[in-house]
Amino acid sequence: MDKNNDALMKVKDLPAGFRAKPGSTVDFKTGDWRSIRPVLDKEKCIYCGFCYIYCPDGVYQDQGPEEKHYIADLDFCKGCGVCAHECPKKCITMVLEEV
Amino acid sequence: MANKPIGIEVSLAVAEAVKLCDTDVVAAYPITPQTHIVEHLSELVADGHLDAAYIPVESEHSAMSSCIGSSAAGARTFTATSSQGLALMNEMIYIAPVLRTPIVLAVANRALSAPINIWNDHSDIMSVRDAGWIAVFAENGQEALDLTIMSFRIGEHPEVRLPVSMNIDGFTLSHFIEPILIPEKSQVDAFLPPFETDIKLDLKNPMSMGLLGSPETYTEVKKATDDILLGSQKIIEQVFAEFEKVFGRKYNPVETYRHEDAETIILTMGSISETAMTAVDEMREKGRKVGLVRIRLWRPLPVKQLQAALGKAETVAVVDRHVVMGVPEGPVALEVKSLLYGTPNAPKVCNFILGLGGRDVRRADFKYIAERAQALAKDGQNRFEIVGVYE
Repeated sequence: MDKNNDALMKVKDLPAGFRAKPGSTVDFKTGDWRSIRPVLDKEKCIYCGFCYIYCPDGVYQDQGPEEKHYIADLDFCKGCGVCAHECPKKCITMVLEEV
Repeated sequence: MANKPIGIEVSLAVAEAVKLCDTDVVAAYPITPQTHIVEHLSELVADGHLDAAYIPVESEHSAMSSCIGSSAAGARTFTATSSQGLALMNEMIYIAPVLRTPIVLAVANRALSAPINIWNDHSDIMSVRDAGWIAVFAENGQEALDLTIMSFRIGEHPEVRLPVSMNIDGFTLSHFIEPILIPEKSQVDAFLPPFETDIKLDLKNPMSMGLLGSPETYTEVKKATDDILLGSQKIIEQVFAEFEKVFGRKYNPVETYRHEDAETIILTMGSISETAMTAVDEMREKGRKVGLVRIRLWRPLPVKQLQAALGKAETVAVVDRHVVMGVPEGPVALEVKSLLYGTPNAPKVCNFILGLGGRDVRRADFKYIAERAQALAKDGQNRFEIVGVYE
């Protein structure tokens, strides 16, 4: 039938065994699962890297020795809030995503 | 062909068939009444008669996980289990068909607990009937060997690539010594080409298997798998025909016995079919128009062949060897009723549960159900009965 919903691929276009080239996850933006997002207070951040280490999805990216902080890639952050919980300086706030 | 049958336990014959098929990987956990199959395979590997990796896993869940991995790597893969073992595999059982891993699984059918029971019925395989596996049933030792060889050919066929369960009744077949023709290796080689697949883990062409299927893809993946399973019947029939050419033994998705002019047809699956044939002969001698239809191919369900085989009878007595709790009907009867519903002059269908947890199924039971089916069909009353239940 005609596509009338969120279907991504037709049955006949699916790869046999439903497999994919490695690395395809980067094309699958999971950020829209999020209901709250982390907001960093750069003034309070001490660049300890706890958010980077604890993030279960590895979305935090090191901004380097000049910037001295880590930023969450919101294309993939699911808003779990582990970073905010673990931050020793409490400089990450989880803010509600408005639709 | 080796033209003389040898006396061999059916489990060992299945293991010999796995050897003749040059299986690459066996990952298995022993469980009664399947144990002799994998026990003999471990001997064959240890003694150098089969050049395979034998993985003595710590559970059936791991056995099926290992099998999916090895099949995904392009290895011809075999395992065997029974009852609780199949139940423990359940989580992985549903994954193998979608990943298109043509594992061959011999199931020595045994009752599921509770109560603990090591004997034969079909409750184990019925618990995975919806998973997407091809399922075939053997009625005797020769068929068990033949179907093992054919299972590899069917499952690995480029248009199929699905896992196959080859079902033998626990003890009734698995532990019996029967005269069995063991084919020559050259014949098996001529019939079964080496396993080649492009759906595999390959260092030169890396692939991820076992992906997340979000709401945007899950429906289509399920439909694709079902399409392949339904479409596999055509290939299965081709493989049966090829097998007959090489080995001279004929197999059909639906087997029949004296059913052409039968007013009452008994429908069976598995080793009790041979007892039923004797009972049919005895009833025929007394002038009763009773015939037998046997399901060889349980998945995909050969709907058209069953409609054709049963359609002309007045009454069909479906034998089930599993109780669907909460529904007054066994699993085979449910499907038979469904496929006959709406067909012109559909026969009346009665359902009899027999042989649960290893209770003997005798010729007298088939005579009883043939008579009872006619009576029940006439009065239009309750058409479901657990035969011989002491209450």
